[in-house]
Amino acid sequence: MSDKKEVLICGEVKGEKITTITKELMTTGRKLCIDLNQPLSLLLIGQNIQEAANEAILLGADKVYTAEGASWVESFPEHYVSIIADICNQTGPSIILFSQTDMGRDIAPRLAARLGAGVCLDCIELAIDPDTKSLLQTKPVYGGNAMAVWASTNNKPQVITMRPRTAAQAEPDTSRKGEIVPVALDVNNSMIKGKLLETLQEDVKGIRLEEAKVIITGGGGIGGKEGFQLIKELAQILGGAVGISRVPCDEGWMPAGHEIGQTGHMVSPDLYIAVGISGAPQHLAGCSGSKCIIAINKDPEAHIFKEADFGIVGYYREVLPVLIEKCRNLLA
Amino acid sequence: MDIIVCVKKIPDPEIPPAKFKLDMESKRVIPPEGIPPVINPYDEQAVELALRLKDKYGGKITVLTIDNDADTSIVKHALAMGADEGIVLADKAFEGSDSFSTSHILSQAIQKVGNFDLVLCGRQAADWDEGLVGAIIAENLSLPLVTLAEAVDVVDGKLKVKRVTLDGYQIFAVPTPAVATVSNEVGQPRLPSGWGIISASRKQIPIWKAGDLDADPSQIGAKAVRRRLVKLFIPVREKKCEIIEGETTAEASVKLAERLRKAGVI
Repeated sequence: MSDKKEVLICGEVKGEKITTITKELMTTGRKLCIDLNQPLSLLLIGQNIQEAANEAILLGADKVYTAEGASWVESFPEHYVSIIADICNQTGPSIILFSQTDMGRDIAPRLAARLGAGVCLDCIELAIDPDTKSLLQTKPVYGGNAMAVWASTNNKPQVITMRPRTAAQAEPDTSRKGEIVPVALDVNNSMIKGKLLETLQEDVKGIRLEEAKVIITGGGGIGGKEGFQLIKELAQILGGAVGISRVPCDEGWMPAGHEIGQTGHMVSPDLYIAVGISGAPQHLAGCSGSKCIIAINKDPEAHIFKEADFGIVGYYREVLPVLIEKCRNLLA
Repeated sequence: MDIIVCVKKIPDPEIPPAKFKLDMESKRVIPPEGIPPVINPYDEQAVELALRLKDKYGGKITVLTIDNDADTSIVKHALAMGADEGIVLADKAFEGSDSFSTSHILSQAIQKVGNFDLVLCGRQAADWDEGLVGAIIAENLSLPLVTLAEAVDVVDGKLKVKRVTLDGYQIFAVPTPAVATVSNEVGQPRLPSGWGIISASRKQIPIWKAGDLDADPSQIGAKAVRRRLVKLFIPVREKKCEIIEGETTAEASVKLAERLRKAGVI
């Protein structure tokens, strides 16, 4: 174990580049490092990660651990738990940061259990208590109805996942220096009995939700598959993407990959049009970062109107055809 | 296939946000008046997935819950849906447990139940939204884990589990016994049948105490927690919505489009 503790970020790489969500995590991690007077380290696992490791140093990592191995989407998750636990046992981090992604939410709890660490998923803010130096973890609870702030109570490492879009991306600084430390994977995998058979990443038609400037989202009020034709039409005219809330997802009206909210994508477009959505906090968790929210709902008491900038009280089948026509004319 | 499903009783998460109340002093959520607690909806979906497996492959479903008042209501709900046995874990010593203590108690109970091929938990509980217990149970019992399972099949004596990801899915093969957390994409759970309700009401539900479980006293209850709640509050939202009005809905819709154009949003 090293003599000085560090903050360790478990980073994610896509197409040999550090993901935007990991860049957000680096901003969060850097802030903690300043308060704790500890260095910031980043762990990257995968193939062809040298370029990403160099990039990480410019983004603020003092040290980058590189482990050449199978990428996340090619692995049974427990391999990753073993690899990361092994590295943590060597380096002794004070805080281990993940994003609340497919990888983070899967690995963080089991890793914490293995390390005897504390754990908190889906945090939106982290701070160091100036007196006790304990880690203060703010996390939405009760579907976003409330916020809880927890303080770590032991000297064990704290494993955290951060909700995406809760920090700005770290910006590269070409004058920064750091160290790249290759780590040999000497993990005994004989205990891991599961196997990955297949990974399918659906090509979301059109624009990716996270990158969309405009999103039109349909909720339970749409009533069935067929109502989404109007949503798609409006999305097409405005050059936007189609989202869904949990009801259409669970009912199978649209593919699950479109879901926005606590159990789906976290988005922050310039324009978010919520159609037939009641505005449960679980849904708002995924879209409250939008610059402008429009609510279309026939129930004037719907909670979504408390979150929207503009609203129309009316049935979507009466609103959307007119709105589509008018937008078509305005944008022609 | 013998399945154990872990379920939790929580305040009804579907209440309108206006009815959600808490006491900042005691850092507790005040249960909504006149609205009874429910089985965590994600756990109810885990019961549903277990029932689909039982429909296809046969076997027995045992439901476990920790409830310090020894309330059997949500276990009976799962039995009425079609589960076979239910056990309530109740002891003063369990009070104040965090996710690690809860997982320890459940792991001990799972071992006491004994024969099982699969342990299912909901992806998270809709009260504290932690999403930890299933994974910690897997670690405690050294069993393979698949999170966010949407479907499970048996192929060549192994479980073939479909895991939902943000942009698609993954399929894993795991030997039994295994642990899976169940994703909400499983869909609507079935309603209890009339006969199910009657037979569930007649069923004896054993209550197991700490002493029945061989639970490690240093790992359960408030003294074992790894973090402390320092603040619980309702976030303040400051948005003010401008309702676009019109003689007719159509007129309002036209105004909305014009307004958005003027604001430069479209």
